[in-house]
Amino acid sequence: MAGGMTYTAVDSTSLSTAEIYGKALVELGRAHPEVVALTADLAKSTKIGDFQKEFPDRFFNVGIAEQNLFGVAAGMAKAGLVPFLSTFSQFASLRAADQLSTDLCYQNINAKVIATHSGTSFGQAGSTHHAITDLAVTRSMPNLTVICPADGVETYNAVMAAYETPGPFYIRINRGFDRVLYKDSDYGFEIGKAVTVTEGTDLTIIACGSCVFQAVQAADFLEKADGLKIRVLDMHTIKPIDKEAIIKAVMDTRRIITVEDHNVLGGLGSAVAEVVVESGKGCAFKKLGVPDKFAPIGLHEDIMADLGIDANGIIAAVREVMKADFELDDDWDDEV
Amino acid sequence: MPLTKQEWLNLEKKANELRNLTLDTTYWAGSAHIGGGLSVLDIMTVLYHKYMNIKVDDPNWEDRDRFILSKGHAGVSYAATLCDLGFNDVEMLKTFNLSGSKMGMHLDSNKVVGVDASTGSLGHGMSIAVGTALAARLQGKDYKTFVVLGDGECDEGSNWEAAMSAVHYKTTNMISFVDRNKCMIDGRTEDVMNLEPFCAKWEAFGFIVKEIDGNNIKELCEAIDFAYENKTDKPVMIVANTLKGCGIDFIEDDYLWHYGAFDDDKYERGKKALEESYKKRIARVEKEAK
Repeated sequence: MAGGMTYTAVDSTSLSTAEIYGKALVELGRAHPEVVALTADLAKSTKIGDFQKEFPDRFFNVGIAEQNLFGVAAGMAKAGLVPFLSTFSQFASLRAADQLSTDLCYQNINAKVIATHSGTSFGQAGSTHHAITDLAVTRSMPNLTVICPADGVETYNAVMAAYETPGPFYIRINRGFDRVLYKDSDYGFEIGKAVTVTEGTDLTIIACGSCVFQAVQAADFLEKADGLKIRVLDMHTIKPIDKEAIIKAVMDTRRIITVEDHNVLGGLGSAVAEVVVESGKGCAFKKLGVPDKFAPIGLHEDIMADLGIDANGIIAAVREVMKADFELDDDWDDEV
Repeated sequence: MPLTKQEWLNLEKKANELRNLTLDTTYWAGSAHIGGGLSVLDIMTVLYHKYMNIKVDDPNWEDRDRFILSKGHAGVSYAATLCDLGFNDVEMLKTFNLSGSKMGMHLDSNKVVGVDASTGSLGHGMSIAVGTALAARLQGKDYKTFVVLGDGECDEGSNWEAAMSAVHYKTTNMISFVDRNKCMIDGRTEDVMNLEPFCAKWEAFGFIVKEIDGNNIKELCEAIDFAYENKTDKPVMIVANTLKGCGIDFIEDDYLWHYGAFDDDKYERGKKALEESYKKRIARVEKEAK
């Protein structure tokens, strides 16, 4: 891994997730002269000011022009630079969707999109600044690796892994601080491999982004309150998704709940459902997320509570799914 | 690089060969974007055969000049140009648009050798060109980036985002063209969406604008020479007034020939028309060349 630094929970509690990205980018910039940073009038918001300060010649602010942002980055990548471009997820995935698809993905170029303010994390800004469709949009673009890190430490890992891996990346991170999930960056992050955060046999919660922390809290509570052993998978890579971990969850626990700060249509839940259905193995299944409506305005944690993607919402969903009646034998031949 | 008479004659000969190859490819494919393919062809001929620093045996040579065909639907004449140069087998043109071919209407930079950017969706090329121009500057390289837009394409707002950034970043190592054939799919450009005052728009964005006859090789060379000699910090935009379908009289300046089919009869008439057109162009060289 480039740089060889280790990010810890201390960094993660003193820095917002985007600030950690900003630090990671400086680290990459120092090690690799071909790394450049671009933004569309969101240098402050996306926390890439440190890079701008240290490498002013390698920093490009194209103004409020996301389509041009992506095109310029594509041209730079074509010429051998490694652009990291940052803007809000909503604009990266929708305003510049054609450029993301054609210029970055179709050409399969080595450019990394760091999409900030994802999901409903820019809560008070309302739905114009919430990104509840970006996973659906981006995971259907060929060649694109899509990552939704659970916290600041995982964001650091994802950014470093993106540099090491040729091809276009879309990494969606939240605005502000994320609750700390990982104590340090040395937990074996690997693109396309889910992290088993808690082990369990009664039910599996597959989550991404800020919902992973909520899922772990729910699992802890349910172990104490209901005696349930719940597996929590941090499915940080939405594409390519970890099919093996999903099918193992079906086989081992037969109950799956997905949780994401994204529309329940097209995102993590859909990606997991596709794998489950294609496996031919049945299981109780519930998707938690934004229920195909525009989310309310408010603090991110309040919106998450309203949508039922916080620990309380997840606990309620687990109790509901635990009521589902399933055969518990190992004979899969008589299943659906 | 002043144009000598012999050079001019050579470029006319090459342009004529490429026009024929474009028509042949359209005929083999059954149909193609021949109108815009022929309007832009003199620009491509002049760039690839007089100005651009490229190595056919090393297509990814990092110091090469870049060419970005933002009006990607002119892929039929771009393909002819690249195959004729030897980047790809000329026989590949016989597969143009056919199932399983590496070549379709819009060329894919990962499949067709020599293509610097995959284009097709309009309004992308100039941004990519700004990116390669900025990369060249950052890497201390002196290659140039050429980008050709269609005039109808200029309806896309993204071009103007790119234009603003080219001027802001003073990308004078980038030379831009608009193939101003005044036609688009649904009609004349001015009828569908008024572009005029077109040159004034580019000037207002901060470009130095040269308006020329884009199917006149001498004027093209003079404009490109002017851009090479530009010592200001403003990028140059060459607004090349062209004829859609240039060289085949019965399709010229007709927006209905944005995309069209050539059957045996039309093909024969087209070949004859190109021959006549070539004669006229040579006569013009004889008259005007010094």
